[in-house]
Amino acid sequence: MPNLEHPAYPAAALLHLESLVPCRESQVSMLLSIFGERQQFSFPAIFIYGHTSSGKTYVMQTLLNTLQLPHVFVNCVEYFTSRLLLEEILIQLQSGSSETEETSHVPCDTFNDFVRLFKQAVVSRELQDQTLYIVLDRAERLRDMEANILPAFLRLQELTDSNVTVVLLSEIVWELFRPNVGCFDPLTLYFPDYSIGHLQKILSRNHPPEYTADFYAAYINILLGVFYMVCRDLKELRHLAALNFSKYCEPVVRGEANERDTRKLWKNIEPHLKKAMQTVYLREISSSQWERLQHDDGEPGQLKGLSAHTHMDLPYYSKFLLIAAYLASYNPVRTDKRFFLKHHGKIRKTNFMKKHEKTSNHLLGPKPFPLDRLLAILYSIVDNRVAPTANIFSQITSLVTLQLLSMVGQNDQLEGPRYKCTVSLDFIRAIAR
Amino acid sequence: GCFVFKPSVKKRRLSQRIAHDFSNRNDNSEDAELRFFTCQSLWNQIKLETEKVQEDLNKQLLDNLLSFLSRSHSEFQEKTSEWTCQMKFREIPTAALILGVNVPDHDSTFRSLSDLLQNNITPYIASLEAKDCPGIKNLMQKLMGQLMNCYIDVDSLEDEDYVQVSQNRIRCSMSSLIKWYKTATKKTDCEIPSQKRTSSSKYWQSPPVVVIFKDMESFTTKVLQDFIVISSQHIHELPLVLIFGIATSPMIIHRLLPHSVSSLLCIELFQSLSCKEHLSTVIDKLLLSDQFPFKLGEKVLQVLINIFLYHDFSVQNFIKGFQLCILEHFYSQPLSILCCQLVDLKKRVNSLSYDQCENIRRLPSFRRYVEKQESEKQIALLTTDNFLKEETQKLLEDLHVYHYNYVAVLRCLHVFTSSLPKYPLGKQIRDLHCACLENQVWETEEYESSLQLARMLNKSELVTMLQQCVEILLSSSGKEFDKTVEKLKEFLTQFQNLEEAFQERDVSVSSQKELQKKTDLYHLQKTLLELKESRRSKKLTKFEMLRFEVVDYIDSLVRKYLVPADHRTLHEILYFNTATVLRGHLNAAPRTALHTALNNPHWYLKNEALKCDEGSISNKAPDICIVYKLHLECGRLINLVDWLEAFSTVVMAAEAPNADTASSDQVDDTIHARFIRAVSELELLGFIKPSKQKTDHVARLTWGGC
Repeated sequence: MPNLEHPAYPAAALLHLESLVPCRESQVSMLLSIFGERQQFSFPAIFIYGHTSSGKTYVMQTLLNTLQLPHVFVNCVEYFTSRLLLEEILIQLQSGSSETEETSHVPCDTFNDFVRLFKQAVVSRELQDQTLYIVLDRAERLRDMEANILPAFLRLQELTDSNVTVVLLSEIVWELFRPNVGCFDPLTLYFPDYSIGHLQKILSRNHPPEYTADFYAAYINILLGVFYMVCRDLKELRHLAALNFSKYCEPVVRGEANERDTRKLWKNIEPHLKKAMQTVYLREISSSQWERLQHDDGEPGQLKGLSAHTHMDLPYYSKFLLIAAYLASYNPVRTDKRFFLKHHGKIRKTNFMKKHEKTSNHLLGPKPFPLDRLLAILYSIVDNRVAPTANIFSQITSLVTLQLLSMVGQNDQLEGPRYKCTVSLDFIRAIAR
Repeated sequence: GCFVFKPSVKKRRLSQRIAHDFSNRNDNSEDAELRFFTCQSLWNQIKLETEKVQEDLNKQLLDNLLSFLSRSHSEFQEKTSEWTCQMKFREIPTAALILGVNVPDHDSTFRSLSDLLQNNITPYIASLEAKDCPGIKNLMQKLMGQLMNCYIDVDSLEDEDYVQVSQNRIRCSMSSLIKWYKTATKKTDCEIPSQKRTSSSKYWQSPPVVVIFKDMESFTTKVLQDFIVISSQHIHELPLVLIFGIATSPMIIHRLLPHSVSSLLCIELFQSLSCKEHLSTVIDKLLLSDQFPFKLGEKVLQVLINIFLYHDFSVQNFIKGFQLCILEHFYSQPLSILCCQLVDLKKRVNSLSYDQCENIRRLPSFRRYVEKQESEKQIALLTTDNFLKEETQKLLEDLHVYHYNYVAVLRCLHVFTSSLPKYPLGKQIRDLHCACLENQVWETEEYESSLQLARMLNKSELVTMLQQCVEILLSSSGKEFDKTVEKLKEFLTQFQNLEEAFQERDVSVSSQKELQKKTDLYHLQKTLLELKESRRSKKLTKFEMLRFEVVDYIDSLVRKYLVPADHRTLHEILYFNTATVLRGHLNAAPRTALHTALNNPHWYLKNEALKCDEGSISNKAPDICIVYKLHLECGRLINLVDWLEAFSTVVMAAEAPNADTASSDQVDDTIHARFIRAVSELELLGFIKPSKQKTDHVARLTWGGC
């Protein structure tokens, strides 16, 4: 195990840090060596990427907090415009120095203002001789903001002429970020996924106080055996572990088995976990409902999941409209005459369908169709006469708002709108019954 | 409508003026005023009733929601120290509310929901609509605006500085929202010891913030995802609860949100009553009650129900349609002044004017009635007003009584028909009601077949039905049913006696009956054979005799009480039956109307000169009509030059039949201008559009107005 060593920081703090970031020691020591000592200039921009919940945010936060490095931590999803983002960074900077929260709130619209205000803030907090870290979580959102934001952050050290390092955290690789011109490439650092052994180790660490660590580790082992195939998200796994642990303990609590009786415990929990995978994990039923079920010892069969409620009641003509839309979307135009006209003449059977057309239209997805065609098909599939009343037309619009149809190219209302049918064959079958 | 959003209620015109409008059409103004007030009071009563019905229907749903909301954050507040709570990922409690496809109807549900929440759980409620939130920024702005305003409302504008802070100056980010929440809750905490104990103490220490997404389907995926991700990061500081209003099916949640986002939510499902059941209840409470003197005729009811079932599924619209019926009835029928409660009837009948009496005499149903009377009475009815008034009062009272009895017997009949296989007379009571109103129900084939089926019911079913009928008749207010109830009770005791006397035989009979209910061919044959045998051997059992008797008795009740309303004298006063007016108002056909107007201008302009036979084109018609008719004869692309030629020929036809050929080459400038104007009018109406495929051509956008 590589021990964290760095001359600039006290050994006790490093030891504590090491205990907090299991399985990420090598990354942390790498980061430490990049950061260097407090007063040393660090690399201007660092880009850390890795899959969901591979510990990027957590490692950065614990590292900066335990070593008490001056830093600003901002989530780019939360501060969705550049203005909000920049202001938030400044606010965090100021609030760190003086506890008086009601600092006058300065508007910061452009990056130019930001650089000026940033310099002032650094001076006021007397941070000139320390490296300041700005961590931007979910940095892929920076691409959606103004074009200058990302390059400017990468060159912040140069622009502000002060000791600052920008750390970008993201789930996607740097190649997808790189703007076209004049960009300073950051130092990229990859956080690999946790392996099953890592997950086991991390999850077993926080066992409940009532039970021994070994007992909990055995439980985690079973849990991972079931869920590792579908889910490697640490947060999710921890959540699932907490949800199902009480069921695992049941035999022990009742006195039917002791803590070492793994086989018995496995038999008890395994089907339960499988059920959980089909319901709670997919969010078919919520975790609180799941807990209540566990508590009452009921069968999950009584509680229908979200997907079970597929049935939908529609007005009579809406059903026909939807069916007509489906037909219009998936049948080619030239077959309309054959299908919907009473006297369509002879059907020429000779290789009417070519080979490639037989590869079902369902694989190609819905095609757009004009309103007139929809109505024509509607008139031919409804038995009795349908008056083209305002109600029929308003139903088409309402189907669009319910996202059962979608409008294609809505540039001009008079232009003869075109629609697409967005529902599946199963849905249409259910409606047509 | 399905789903057309009605504009919010406009300012009502002054009632005086409407009353004046009522009287404009008729001469006797004091009557009109009275009629107007009768109409208004009736509508107010009905409105109250419908509101009550809706409240009752939503009660279950709202109670469930309420308990969910109160549970959602209390769990976390109580046991934060426990191990599981620390380990568990903190999800945002979310209620998915399935409300049926008609989105505009949801408004009332949400309104009552937020009222209820405001009174019981939390003052912090924001409801968002998709059209206000195209981006996350707008969503946050809207959310914060609503939340901070509500704070001001609750504290009755105490702190002036909050009012002055305009929406734009607040940084619309989650952190400022959290800051606001902290100060708001702190403030209420401080206030509790002081004067505001009563108002604040009904909330807890930190009431949840409820965000309602009214129309989940219309929100863009990105906005929802961002909002959920952001708020899940702050769930520890801001106890948020989301409510999704879903019109289609809960699958939409999975379609809108990827797993990484939906795993941040703790979703529970709540389903409201289906709108069809809702309608049944409304019909039951409004139409099949004797509370209101006003009734709907068969055709009108059919129109309303059809609009509901075929087009919009909107109970709100059904009630609006009902309101329109009331208005139309009181507006168009001068005798509707008599459409009032029985208590007022006598006074009103006595104060009828001479004109009104003449109106009564002109009613078709009354004329039929007169013809049936003896000659002396006929003369008296036609000449003496006072006698007429007495007779009218009697007849109207009869009509009211008829309605009481009608409803009670209808319910009894429904008890029978609703349990028959395949429902020959309809499953819902409204179908039966329509059938009975339409014509004499006992003459229809469906009635025959349902009686046949009723004769095959088994005993236990029959007994429970009879018991239900007794209950219905006992609860109805009509006094005529004492005898009927006695008779039914007698039947019941007879069944009881049968059971005691012939227990063994009874077993075989009932099992045989059960066999009959099965429909597959083999069993049917078998039962038929058995039946034949049993007939041959012992003719009819006592049970069967009794069963025939019961069914015959029910039949006699039906024949006596379920006479269609239009067979009754003076039904025009209480029953509204002009369906065409209603259809014109509620189920408009703009395209057809446009076609009629352009194709046959006489229909709307009522100008004799415009009258012409089908097919020919009159040159007296407005230019646009001529152009329209000519364009009907063309294909998809129309040559403008040809069109102009044809137009000028038609227009010139009358003016200069003998014009020389040389001048006809050159089209007159005025005609040219008229043509251009007419064509651009057609373009404005959306019949044609300029085409780029061919020069000097326009494309048709219709096939010919359907």
